[in-house]
Amino acid sequence: MKKFFSILLTIFVPLSFTNASKAAGHMEAEVIHWWTSGGEQAAISQFAEAWQEMGNTWIDTAITGGDNARGTTVNRIIGGNPPTAAQFNISKQFVDLVEQGLLQSLEEVASAEGWRDFIYPPELIETCEFEGEFYCVPVNIHSWQWMWINNDVYKQVGLPVPQTFEEFLAGAPKIQEAGIIPLALGGQGWQESGMFDVVASSIMGFPLMRSVYRDKDVDAFRDGRFESVLNTYRELNQFTDEGSPGRLWNDTTAMVIEGKAAMQVMGDWARGEFAVAGMEAMKDYSCVIPGKEKYVALGGDVFVFPKHDDPKVKDTQLAMASMMVNPTVQAKFNNAKGSLPMRLDVDTSAADACMQMGLDLIQNPDAIMRESDDWNTPAFTAAWSDIISEFRNDPNYTVAQAMDDLEGVLTSGL
Amino acid sequence: MPLFRNIASMIALLPMIVISLTVFVGCIIYSFVYSLTNSKLVPVMNYVGFDQYERLFKQRKWDVAVENIFIYGFVFTIGCLVIGFLLAVLIDQKIRGESLFRTIFLYPYAMSFVVTGLVWKWVLNPTFGLENSMHMWGFGWFELDWLVNRDLAIYAVCIAAVWQGAGFVMVLMLAGLRGIDEDIWKSLSIEGVAKWKSYLFVILPMLRPMVVTAIVLIAAGVVKVYDLILALTSGGPGYATTTPAMYVMENFFSRANLGQAFAASIIMFISVVCILAPWAFYEFYLRNKYAAN
Repeated sequence: MKKFFSILLTIFVPLSFTNASKAAGHMEAEVIHWWTSGGEQAAISQFAEAWQEMGNTWIDTAITGGDNARGTTVNRIIGGNPPTAAQFNISKQFVDLVEQGLLQSLEEVASAEGWRDFIYPPELIETCEFEGEFYCVPVNIHSWQWMWINNDVYKQVGLPVPQTFEEFLAGAPKIQEAGIIPLALGGQGWQESGMFDVVASSIMGFPLMRSVYRDKDVDAFRDGRFESVLNTYRELNQFTDEGSPGRLWNDTTAMVIEGKAAMQVMGDWARGEFAVAGMEAMKDYSCVIPGKEKYVALGGDVFVFPKHDDPKVKDTQLAMASMMVNPTVQAKFNNAKGSLPMRLDVDTSAADACMQMGLDLIQNPDAIMRESDDWNTPAFTAAWSDIISEFRNDPNYTVAQAMDDLEGVLTSGL
Repeated sequence: MPLFRNIASMIALLPMIVISLTVFVGCIIYSFVYSLTNSKLVPVMNYVGFDQYERLFKQRKWDVAVENIFIYGFVFTIGCLVIGFLLAVLIDQKIRGESLFRTIFLYPYAMSFVVTGLVWKWVLNPTFGLENSMHMWGFGWFELDWLVNRDLAIYAVCIAAVWQGAGFVMVLMLAGLRGIDEDIWKSLSIEGVAKWKSYLFVILPMLRPMVVTAIVLIAAGVVKVYDLILALTSGGPGYATTTPAMYVMENFFSRANLGQAFAASIIMFISVVCILAPWAFYEFYLRNKYAAN
């Protein structure tokens, strides 16, 4: 029944919206984003093509690196020359822009199309909603929660594929003896802290993580489990190689693909690298969500629409927002991107075994995990990840000292 | 009135003066005002006093950054001067193929810091750089892990910077050496002064303008070092090679913490003024006074 409805939707919804937007006439939109790698380009061009099919012009402003792209967007908004649409992450990154009244409210189209009814999971609505109005369009979900494992390596040393960090640690010395790097990790701040959060959620579970990251609950932070996370994290780091500092994530994934390393903790965007290398999910490589409780973290991207003086731009922006949530466009976009769609009624028949795991898991509301930057400012998450990174790189940095410093950030009010 | 003595040149200079005043002085005032606020992503007038400065000085990362800029400044300046001068002296020995060597030594200077950073990143990388090559050639004892060693990484940055900057100092010095009168060399050899002594105690002091020029140019490069480190280590491992300029840029762009970035840049500005003020006072005031006398 659900399938039938989704087929109906895919047939009729695009028809209805192409008609509506054609009435609005030719529109021109400039979009700032940071999707510049091969797979990402393929994804954003799905948006561009859909927009052009509506008879409009798409001006692509691709800027390498999320920081640079967001910096450009903010500078241009403040400088009075904002783009039509701009990419941000599912996070607090653009909260200031909303509070300063610099973004266009999308409430008109959101309530007309019933966004609140179909956007899934509902946490995404929370991210975009301010004082009852929509200010951003979630377009996809990316999750950090994965261990990417080369099956050949484990076959070679005669061990089963690990399902938890404990199992991984138990087998790591044997892998090392075989001359293979057990843990591939790129030593950049975001990779180090990303892996830390995966270790944290798999060891202490999401509820406790939420009381630390969201509620800044010092008692929860001090109840002993966070220390064991730090200890496990340090143990894991014994099994990396000395080429780690500064290594890019995809170079690190390549080590797992080539069998030089056994495992990498990375987000689901790593799947694209395995696919390009011609490896098959669950056969040549395994994707494992570590821990007894399995979570899928709610990362991903949104688009915001800066306010313009020209009232005509608003129509353009609303039309584009409506296009981005359209199920047909969503299916094409997310299949190209390898991410999960932001609604359930999307055709995902092209999903591989790993993506299917994510799709199954996200249907269970209890398995949905939020990330620290969903509640915290970039200043907070950066100060936090500085400590994590320093803790990983400085063996003299004790767990006790790290606990004190992290508590300092927790109570800093950043 | 001396101010109107040369109206044509005053008019020609006017745009420059206006731009300097509005852009530089204006921006400094703007930065200072907003460093007293808790601006995050966009500048807002939300006065918090000197909180940002207090937070800045509590940051372990800022301490590391300040320490690094001193290490880098010292090693880079001395390294460039010594190696640059030595290269110039060696080339000055009327050797064969002088222009070839000059080109080779100056070549690194023609590269951007980003390229220099990337080249040295590969050379110093322990898993596929020089260390790996040496191991493959059978020198198993060879170890070169500076780039990934927290305590040595900043010196790896210095090596790359000196490699790039020394050639430029060499050219400056060489120009100076070529300007030394032949008669001075003749008299030195008649006196029987050893060659190294002549260079060190007679020629070098005569090159004072070249040395001062080189130091000023190098020092300007030290304060703003950013791209080299970004390309070479991105501030890592951890934040072991971060610098004040990187701290500012980070807070401006990726961390959306404008107030903190403004505070750090004001501190940078004040330190530069503290170093430059005595020198400027001497150059522009005392010297004129003595010259007048």
